[in-house]
Amino acid sequence: MKPAAFDYVRAENLDEALDVLRNEGSDARIIAGGQSLMPMLNMRLAKPRILVDIMRLDELRKIEPKQGKISVGATVRQAELLEWPPLDRELKLLSLALPWAGHAQTRSRGTICGSIAHADPSAEMPLTLLALGGEIVLRSARKRRRLAARDFFLGVMATDRRDDELIEAVEFPSTGNRRCAFREVARRHGDFAIVACAAVTTGRGVRFAVGGVADMPVCREFDALGGGAVDDALNEFAWDLDARDDFHATARYRRDLVRMIGRELILEVTR
Amino acid sequence: MTRLGAEQRHRIRFTLNGEAIDRVCEPRMLLTDFIRHEIGATGTHVGCEHGVCGACTLNIDGQPARACLTLALQVEGSEVRTIEGLTGKNGRLGVLQSAFRRHHALQCGFCTAGILMSLDALFSRHCDANEAQIRDALTGHLCRCTGYAPIIKAALEAAAELKGGSNREAIDA
Repeated sequence: MKPAAFDYVRAENLDEALDVLRNEGSDARIIAGGQSLMPMLNMRLAKPRILVDIMRLDELRKIEPKQGKISVGATVRQAELLEWPPLDRELKLLSLALPWAGHAQTRSRGTICGSIAHADPSAEMPLTLLALGGEIVLRSARKRRRLAARDFFLGVMATDRRDDELIEAVEFPSTGNRRCAFREVARRHGDFAIVACAAVTTGRGVRFAVGGVADMPVCREFDALGGGAVDDALNEFAWDLDARDDFHATARYRRDLVRMIGRELILEVTR
Repeated sequence: MTRLGAEQRHRIRFTLNGEAIDRVCEPRMLLTDFIRHEIGATGTHVGCEHGVCGACTLNIDGQPARACLTLALQVEGSEVRTIEGLTGKNGRLGVLQSAFRRHHALQCGFCTAGILMSLDALFSRHCDANEAQIRDALTGHLCRCTGYAPIIKAALEAAAELKGGSNREAIDA
């Protein structure tokens, strides 16, 4: 339960970090708060040859509202976003979901972008970014590119990030007047979700997203639903997620949670 | 850019319970191991080593944190506080510690140091913390002895004491 040996670079500016990624490729890993990566290192599920610590990069420690979006930089810790005064007004969904992301003892160091880079299928940050239709800003020594959350997550801890890229920021569309709801079932508050759900109103209906069931968070639009149509649509969604049995819960229990929580959340935001 | 080689030991400076630390360590050394094995401060316990159990919780720059999910090199320049820093004057138990003793809020004691550090961080930010906030802080810890009820009682009493300024320490001494 100790990490394998690695070189350590404490990057003083963004270019330094990007240079290491360009030169070392997949041998290098970025570490920010370390709350997802350190368990992987301790269990030796990840054995990078070089670790690049970016937490000294104050240029990335920014929460910036711009053009209807809130940009959250790579070194913004989860606790810092949770305490950002306009959070409740600008990103209601995050103010509901963040208290479920790990514990106070991990949010104090873990970053928003780090959780998204890690792409655990049950994690709250990828789920909320997807539910809100957010974007990931990827940066390499050569260029900067943007990717929608729905194109970024590819599978269990797999993303479209290339070896020479780091997440510079993620952009959450401001929730403004849209209604949001979040609910999660875990063995212990703050543990990995058995099922986590987020609902947001859109112009036409409700966007409903589910984490912890498929290999990545998945979202679906539910337009103008009345009567039993919600239940039918949710049932179809629950089956489409292709739930599996595991140590924590059966596939059937997970489908039940999706149907039940889904109904509650959709009613909650449309009432 | 400085690249610190995996096989060498590198200088690391921070303050531990107010005392300046200036030592060396390998990049892969965890903060838990550095504090226990290099410094010899064994109050910080090592449980699961992947951030779940909470036994290694300490304070970094005023925030509760998992020492097992922190590399020693990451706390360069930080202020770190451990359970050793919680003791009151003359080695007496602090307010939280004596409340834990009164309420039998520990049996084997393995989780206790971490829980005290989390509660200490909570109370230093919210001196009027209520039961819901205390329970929320405790979700980051596993205790297999007490069933948590005495821990919550002790924490509530300590909170009342800290808020009201009454001093049970004087009674206990």
